[in-house]
This record gives sequence, structure tokens and C-alpha cells, in this order.
Amino acid sequence: MSNIIDAIESEQMRKDVPQLRTGDTVQVHVKVVEGARERIQLFEGIVIRVKGGGINQMFTVRRVAYGVGVERTFPLHSPRIDKIVVVRHGKVRRARLYYLRNLTGKAARIKEARR
Amino acid sequence: MPKALLGKKLGMTQMFNAEGKIVPVTVIGAGPCVVAQVKTMEKDGYQAVQIGFGDIKPVNVKKPLAGHCKAVGISPVRWFKEVRVADPESYQSGQSLAVDIFTVGDMIDISGTSKGKGFAGTIKRWNDSRGPMSHGSKCHRRPATTGAKGPARVFKGKHSPGRMGGEKVTVQNLEIVRVDAERNLLLVKGAVPGPKNGLLVIKSACKLA
Repeated sequence: MSNIIDAIESEQMRKDVPQLRTGDTVQVHVKVVEGARERIQLFEGIVIRVKGGGINQMFTVRRVAYGVGVERTFPLHSPRIDKIVVVRHGKVRRARLYYLRNLTGKAARIKEARR
Repeated sequence: MPKALLGKKLGMTQMFNAEGKIVPVTVIGAGPCVVAQVKTMEKDGYQAVQIGFGDIKPVNVKKPLAGHCKAVGISPVRWFKEVRVADPESYQSGQSLAVDIFTVGDMIDISGTSKGKGFAGTIKRWNDSRGPMSHGSKCHRRPATTGAKGPARVFKGKHSPGRMGGEKVTVQNLEIVRVDAERNLLLVKGAVPGPKNGLLVIKSACKLA
């Protein structure tokens, strides 16, 4: 029974997505529709949360734009994402980096992990 | 011709639609069904078709069921349901029905037997509010009052605790997201009544929005 559902889910899952971990700095290339035209917008920031699994896996990226913190949550397997590029692996000790919301500037940096 | 099919709920998952938005879907193993009997106005006084669905172990096939199936020349099935139709002439006994009678975007009504909740209180069963949990209140999850003193009786339909669930529920106007003729699957937007592996009656929507 459930293998039918697994099959339906795996049909929709993308094979080209990287293995994301919290603390990673990523560039998300998002497809944006402007009027009749479609273009690709970049959203670069730190992955502060990866939740769910399988087709339901979501990740949240945080960046500080013009002094304002912006967080966007994407479905990992969304067809609206053109590609995801991992720019830098981060070394963190938590699964959810909510503490970054209270930090700014130098304090909000994350050490690089050699992987 | 109203379309009808029997199916089995397999579970829920999600899909991305054409806009890339997530749509919750229920996966239904629908058909192949078989038309077991055609009821006509002249013979039966009403117009309907009896459709059958589901595998059955030979050991569970009782003689009346075996006889009923033998008369139409079909192999025994687990479930039978009757569906009223306006044109019984377009059906033939022994004819088989598959998911391809539906197309993506069709609106359907789905009936099933809801999950049994046992003996439930008024909060769960009727969405009543509860009383205060503290400040001296003794009416935490009770049904509060049964009515006023004047009428000297309890009005009909008063919300009371009792058996909940395990009854026929119909959900109207569900949209078909995908039809998989190869695997006999129907993917429908939203939830449908009943547990996994529960029998579902799928009909084209009676009230089109």
C-alpha cells in the first residue's frame, strides 16, 4: 500500500538537489514570474532550519538585506527552484539556528567547516 | 451519464501543481470495477447499476455470492454498491469500469465510512466549548445544562455524549489532480472520509460549484 505512495512521492523528488545542513551558506535560484515573463532571482543566506523528510522536506534561509533580517522557507523539491548552490559549509552545534535572529554583524558569523 | 466507481483509500501525500504550489492529495486505488446488475424501471421499479469491486479470497465466497456472480459471468468480488443512473441502457452486466472514465480537473463526490471515535463527549462530538478548568468550576468538559425548567422536557437534538464516527460521510466537490490508468490510481485534492483501505464510493459531483 504505502509503497504506492512512496512511488508517487519519489517520482516528484528532484535528484539534483544538494544535501543541505544547517549553517551552510546557500544560493537559491528562484524562478519569479513578473507579468508574463519569468526570470531567476537569487536568494543567498544561511540555512537556519531543515525540516521534514522526503517530498515534504523544507529549508529556511536567512539573510540580512539592507539591515533587515529576511527569512524564506522553500520546499526542497519545489519545481520553482532552478538550482541550489552550496557556497560554504558551516560548523554549527545546533539543528536550528534561531539564535542568529538576535545577533548582528560580526557575532552572526558562522565558522567554516572543511568537509 | 453519471460516472461512478468504487475504490480504496491508500493514504495521503502532496504534489506540486503547474504553478509549483503544494497541493495535498489523497491516493485512491479505484477500480477496476465490474457492472454486476442493471436495474431498470420496468423490471425493478427504479433505475440503477450495481457495481462490484475488490479481491476476495475463494474461502470467503459464500454460495449466494458465488451464484450472483455466476449468473452474470464475473469472478466474485468483495464489495457491491448500487448507484442510481438515468440511463441504465448504456450499461451491460459484466462490463468493466476503470479510472479512465474520469479526467483530470473533474469534480467528484466521495462517500465513505468515517473513522469510529467510540463514545465521545460533547466537546469532541459537537464542538461545544468547555467550562473553566479552575476558579472553583466543576464543569470542566461536561455538557453543561440540558435545558430550561419551563418546558419540563429536553428538546430533540440536544447535544449529548454518545457514539461518534463510523457513519456514512460524503465529501462534495473534490478535484481530481491525477488519473493513473496504469496503476488504477485516482489522486484527489483534499481529504476523504474513513481509514486507509476503507471502501469509497466515487461519483461525479452532484452539485457543480
